[in-house]
Amino acid sequence: MTIRLRFFAVLRERLGQTDAEIAVEDGARVADVWALLSRQNPQIETLGAAMSFALNREYVARDHALRDGDELALIPPVSGGI
Amino acid sequence: MFKIVDHPIDAAAVTAAVASPSTGATVTFLGTTRDHNDGRSVTGLEYEAYPEMALAEMAKIGDTAKQRWPIEKIAIVHRIGVVPIGEASVVIAVSSAHRVAAFEACHFAIDRLKEVVPIWKKEHFHGGEVWIGSQTGVRFER
Repeated sequence: MTIRLRFFAVLRERLGQTDAEIAVEDGARVADVWALLSRQNPQIETLGAAMSFALNREYVARDHALRDGDELALIPPVSGGI
Repeated sequence: MFKIVDHPIDAAAVTAAVASPSTGATVTFLGTTRDHNDGRSVTGLEYEAYPEMALAEMAKIGDTAKQRWPIEKIAIVHRIGVVPIGEASVVIAVSSAHRVAAFEACHFAIDRLKEVVPIWKKEHFHGGEVWIGSQTGVRFER
């Protein structure tokens, strides 16, 4: 199945792109996407511990299951406001 | 009213958005960019958002505030892009019949915004730049 990825802030800069599509096996969970992505892009590996995830614009836990066509946003620690 | 804008925020307009004849108190909070942080001399700040989700999270903050306090209206506007020093990056206005609810709900709203709304701040300072939070942040799940 195909998952649409969105990248922001420090992650967007390190990957050099704002979004991507990634193919994962049926039954894959959020954590599987991060594992695959950080294997392919070692420059983001250290960001993993602090990363949050939003599936179709809602925060989800790392063990949340994915469905074909989902939009998964990778959310570095937020720092809006002042 | 919940908005993300790429231009200076009109604080008076945000305040006006929560006006109501049944309210006796309006609290408006302006978060303005500061010229120093962590001992660094800051030359500029830049904000980035995941706009669709940020607006949804702002609306949730408004809903929660209305559940917890007897407030009438709440408005949150966040600016993105480069925000020069001394200008508002965020403005929150809350109106209620009496002042305590408006003060408390406004305080809650800015604290919660900083915790959950997907907006990021990059600090430019003499000698470098850094995404705030990316070094020491904690992740958020629910």
